[in-house]
Amino acid sequence: MAKKKRIELMVCAGTGCVAGGAFQIMDELKKVLKKQGLHDEVSVVATGCNGFCGQGPLMVVLPDNIFYGWLTLDEIPHLVEEHFLKGRPVKKLMFKPPEEETPLPLLSDIPFFKKQMLVVLRNKGIINPEKISEYIARDGYIALEKVLFSMKPEEVVEEIVKSGLRGRGGAGFPTGRKWKLTRQQERTPKYLIANCDEGDPGAYMDRSVLESDPNSVIEGMTVAAYGIGSSQGFIYVRTEYPLAIQRMKTAISQAREHGLLGEDILRSGFDFDIEIREGSGAFVCGEESSLIRSIEGNIPEPRQRPPFPAESGLWGFPTLINNVETLANVPSIIARGAEWFSSIGTENSKGTKIFSLVGKINNTGLIEVPMGITLREVIYDIGGGIPGGKEFKAVQTGGPSGGCIPATMLDSPIDYESLTEAGSMMGSGGMIVMDEDTCVVDVSKFFIQFTNDESCGKCVSCREGSDALLEVLTRISAGNGREGDIEFLEELGQTVKDASMCGLGQTLPNPVLSTLRYFRDEYEAHIKEKRCPALVCKNLIQYYIDPDRCVGCLKCFKTCPVEAITGELKYVHIIDQEKCTKCGQCLEVCPPKVGAVKKVTGNEIAELEQLSKIVLCAERRKM
Amino acid sequence: MPRLTVDEMKKMREASKKEMSLREGDFRGKLIVHLGTCGIAAGAREIMDTFLDEFDKRAVTDIMFTSTGCAGLCSYEPMITVEIGNSPPVKYGKLTPEKAIKILDQHIIGGHLVKEFAIGMGSERVG
Repeated sequence: MAKKKRIELMVCAGTGCVAGGAFQIMDELKKVLKKQGLHDEVSVVATGCNGFCGQGPLMVVLPDNIFYGWLTLDEIPHLVEEHFLKGRPVKKLMFKPPEEETPLPLLSDIPFFKKQMLVVLRNKGIINPEKISEYIARDGYIALEKVLFSMKPEEVVEEIVKSGLRGRGGAGFPTGRKWKLTRQQERTPKYLIANCDEGDPGAYMDRSVLESDPNSVIEGMTVAAYGIGSSQGFIYVRTEYPLAIQRMKTAISQAREHGLLGEDILRSGFDFDIEIREGSGAFVCGEESSLIRSIEGNIPEPRQRPPFPAESGLWGFPTLINNVETLANVPSIIARGAEWFSSIGTENSKGTKIFSLVGKINNTGLIEVPMGITLREVIYDIGGGIPGGKEFKAVQTGGPSGGCIPATMLDSPIDYESLTEAGSMMGSGGMIVMDEDTCVVDVSKFFIQFTNDESCGKCVSCREGSDALLEVLTRISAGNGREGDIEFLEELGQTVKDASMCGLGQTLPNPVLSTLRYFRDEYEAHIKEKRCPALVCKNLIQYYIDPDRCVGCLKCFKTCPVEAITGELKYVHIIDQEKCTKCGQCLEVCPPKVGAVKKVTGNEIAELEQLSKIVLCAERRKM
Repeated sequence: MPRLTVDEMKKMREASKKEMSLREGDFRGKLIVHLGTCGIAAGAREIMDTFLDEFDKRAVTDIMFTSTGCAGLCSYEPMITVEIGNSPPVKYGKLTPEKAIKILDQHIIGGHLVKEFAIGMGSERVG
């Protein structure tokens, strides 16, 4: 008789950890467990994204709930022997909070996990996403059973209306109202689309939902289809998400085999099936009317609304289009009731939201938090603050459509209205944290470059407007900013917002407008003083070697790739500014206790220029 | 796999739940086998296997079964620690499979301390 399992190793197999070698780690674990004769007692399970991506590749040991991060192949034999054979958890692989000595063994003690609330990601790290039986075991498909056998379609729609669920993909439109509108249409067929065209730089919420719990999306879609009266659904997902697509395909075929998709679902007489449509990654396809055109096989360009997709969508038929995260909320709402769901969050923003926490933050990863939590809690408690003791400067939410929120607003709650008031938006949930070394002009330029590339070109305001915004921002960061540029950016930004047809154009000026609102002085410094306060914009900075500190160690001299540094052993080195490409390598190699290489901007450049001339003369005299 | 009916899905759910019981984290108590070098040499693996088999036979799923290193009382190995609910942990020593089964039935399932095998209650102070 096979021995009973006593330990399960939940190895994260989300895209991030897989890139870090999670599959190889799993193979090695299995090999070593077999060698030690533990393979019956200890099982290795591949799960979806655990969320703590900064610690990957990682695993959680159950039932003890011990968290191990930054796994390497070399550590595995030792780990298996110590922990699984001899019962001694390995401290070295446990999570250590920044600047602390004692590791935290238990996942539940790690602050990153403590403040989270899991609704959509309730199964993350607990199930194998490629086994439908494990989803079913975690009360999966109970909501589907409930609607098929005890609720009328209109009751399902009413339940979603009552829950207060709003779209998780961007604008936050009430989901129930969308469902109701589609349900009221008399024409058939009706279509249902799950939007997983996640394009914001640094955002990967939807990908993780598909990767860690694809059945929750299938169940949510099937419930929605029953509510609105549709029998065909599509999942629109970008080709760049191969793992998500593969897991979704597996889930769909397993659901079909088990009679949870296809004809006569659970022998109830209700038919619904799902097809995956792969998009090739155009940002504009996240906009619903473009997405619909893409599925139809046309060039993805948005069209004027109304009529909304609910009235005339895919091939002209009534279509419900919801974001993946929105749909993944549905099974819990149905199973646990609208009242339960609406008890979470704030007055107008109910439930939880998934964010990808990236940028200058200690704990990079994917988090799910209740609406209404403050930015401070997210960044400092869950995110563990800013690395290297740097100052927090701003957080960018909502991707290229969102804006930057400054430190003064850290205590404002995260909900749809507050973020919009702050000049940003909820968006799909990207959260990019910036520290004092981030230049807002540079950030704006990055986002406008992105939207300028991704603009479909249909509206003049968006196509030409983003060009002009980019031109001015490039000029400012190059040190050629002119009097009146700021006013021009503001006026043009507003015009692009007002005159563009779809969400892309209507929101693309947000990064510029919000940074102008909170960091106007930085723009002014760039334009008037030719100074980049964060020392980022290359044309406005110079590297200098402080003659008082330089010990003449030749380190920078040897490192400089363009031979711009002159000097000899024990003589002060000098950077030839004509040759310097500002790569910054001299600053990196200069020993911290010497600290001779400095990055300067604005007036300091002229001051130091003067100084180094004097030094140069002195050196020459010596020779 | 045949297409499921509602009842079949329920059965599947119950079966998979049992299979996944280690992941639920809903335990009424904890059984710790001391698997230090001394423990293993004294036969702790046999004790552990006994518990694993007997847990399975009795369908015990609400006890967290785990292991730890040497407890410092090597002459009493093989040892286990039993923690039920909020009562202080109890250490049992010099175990044999027969003693283990008795502890399982009387203490872990029945809730009564097996005095004759117990070494002590509570744990060391952490200084």
